[in-house]
Amino acid sequence: MDDKGKKFIVGIFEDEDILLDAITSVRDKGVNIYEVYSPFPVHGIENRLGYKRSRLSIAAFCFGFLGTCLALTMMIGMMTIDWPMIIGGKDFLPLPVFIPVTFEMTVLLSAFGMVGTFLVVSDLKPWGTPKTFDLRSTNDKHVMAIELDNNKVDSKKIKTILNNSGASEVNDKIMDL
Amino acid sequence: MYKHFKNNSMKEIFDFNSNIKKNLFYLFIGGVILTIIGLYQVINSGNGHEEVSQALGINISSDGHSEYHWYHRLYSNLWINVVYFLGISISAIFFVAIQYVSQAGWSSGILRVPLAIGRWLLPGSVLMLVVFAITNHDVFHWTHEYLYDKSDPRYDYIIDGKKAYLNLPFFLGRMVFFLGVWYLFYTLILKYVAKEDKLGGTESWQKLFTISTVFVVFYAFTQSVAAWDWVLSIDTHWFSTMFGWYVFASWWVSALALITYIIIILRDNGYLTFVNHSVLHDLGKYVFAFSVFWTYIWFSQFLLIYYANIPEETIYFVERLESDIYFPFFIVNLILNFFFPFLFLMTRASKRFTRFLKIACPVVLFGHFIDFYLMITPGVLKSNGGFGFLEIGLLLVFLSAFLFVILHGLTKLPLVAKNHPMLDESLHHDI
Repeated sequence: MDDKGKKFIVGIFEDEDILLDAITSVRDKGVNIYEVYSPFPVHGIENRLGYKRSRLSIAAFCFGFLGTCLALTMMIGMMTIDWPMIIGGKDFLPLPVFIPVTFEMTVLLSAFGMVGTFLVVSDLKPWGTPKTFDLRSTNDKHVMAIELDNNKVDSKKIKTILNNSGASEVNDKIMDL
Repeated sequence: MYKHFKNNSMKEIFDFNSNIKKNLFYLFIGGVILTIIGLYQVINSGNGHEEVSQALGINISSDGHSEYHWYHRLYSNLWINVVYFLGISISAIFFVAIQYVSQAGWSSGILRVPLAIGRWLLPGSVLMLVVFAITNHDVFHWTHEYLYDKSDPRYDYIIDGKKAYLNLPFFLGRMVFFLGVWYLFYTLILKYVAKEDKLGGTESWQKLFTISTVFVVFYAFTQSVAAWDWVLSIDTHWFSTMFGWYVFASWWVSALALITYIIIILRDNGYLTFVNHSVLHDLGKYVFAFSVFWTYIWFSQFLLIYYANIPEETIYFVERLESDIYFPFFIVNLILNFFFPFLFLMTRASKRFTRFLKIACPVVLFGHFIDFYLMITPGVLKSNGGFGFLEIGLLLVFLSAFLFVILHGLTKLPLVAKNHPMLDESLHHDI
């Protein structure tokens, strides 16, 4: 096996309730968890892992605001500045008429921007490789990855903690991240 | 389980003590005083038209529109308040119904609050019939019989064309029928809720599901018709197919804001302490989402009329936009009901913590009062309208009576539906 890369200990869990309790007990013993992979969303897992709130909503707002600005710039540029036309007896700057397009562009860009940001952040981008510690995490097993270099606790102890907290399997894994 | 939550100091029965009653009484007295001051002002300022017309010997009512008297403004305000508070009340019952229809668990702990708001339905309905009996000709132009008489110079071709729908027996019949059936559904819901408290089990819950399903369908149709009758028919010549939804959105978001506000106040006073931040978050999302929904409906109505630019349609907005009296309210309406809740309740934290919701909910409630003011007043009073002590005073009088009825209603059932099959989900609600 390739020795390049970082050393990980990977715990496999069968059930999400066991996983949730295991996360708490592992963290209580001073072990840093690198990441947990599960085949489906597990409710409340982010609190157990101590994650901060996602900043995705800020990205969504920024993209949405960009959409608003782009839409207004486009319409005012076309309809008011570049080629003013009288349509239906309205002004050259008929703001109520611009609102639906502005709204649509805001929604479109915030949705696209949010999905794009999410894909990039979670390594699902086209040029990236998703981190898969164990292929079974895409099927029916929950996978907890613990990075050795990031932990003061030695590997034997981590393995005991994982086994005691209900892991069905504990493996070593070297990942080139 | 609920037992676990029961052990703390949470009070289960609402105590409608003399202190609250005293405050409500002060509110009522304050309202009455303001109303009297307002009426005095209106009587002493508003009769210029009559004097001018008498001096010139012209009868300005010859164009088919009634002359303006000071009491028209009082009547117009009575009708605004009647429609506004009745709408909040029926929307609160609708809230209960959709929670049962969607088999929602998150809200099962707070349903007693909207149920209590529904208590206004009966007094509100009686009040509506009484106010209509007093004000009919002065608020509803179409009730004048001469409009349908071809030999009369004031004969109105357009209104005569709507006679099949807009005639007094049919109108009153619809009003009594809707209010009656709504009240019937409400008593049925109350009956099974009380039965559930007593006996437990899921039988009552299933009954409530069926009742609520029928009610939601019935309400969907009748609410629109009620909105045409009670609000749209004031501007008799004008019509808008968005109007049922528009009134619904206004009632609905006011009811949501009131439910949220009452829950927060109860929570601060040691009742409903199990209502956690996630439930508040969901209620806040409701207020936020339906403020946006109201704006969507409002704007859809406005944009189509603005774009098509057909005089018989634009008259509604011309009356409001080109008037010095109503134009400020037109802007205030949009600020209070859209820009403010949209920006203020946008972040997650603002919906999870009560100090934001405590500001947003009363603002939205007042904003929708302004909305109803704008729907009704220009059609009734034309250029004689205004906003002063009379409007505020009468609102306070109605508000104190309304609060008295719903707070009294809160005492009639325990604040927690301890036998609701899904109560546990509400106690542990987590988003």
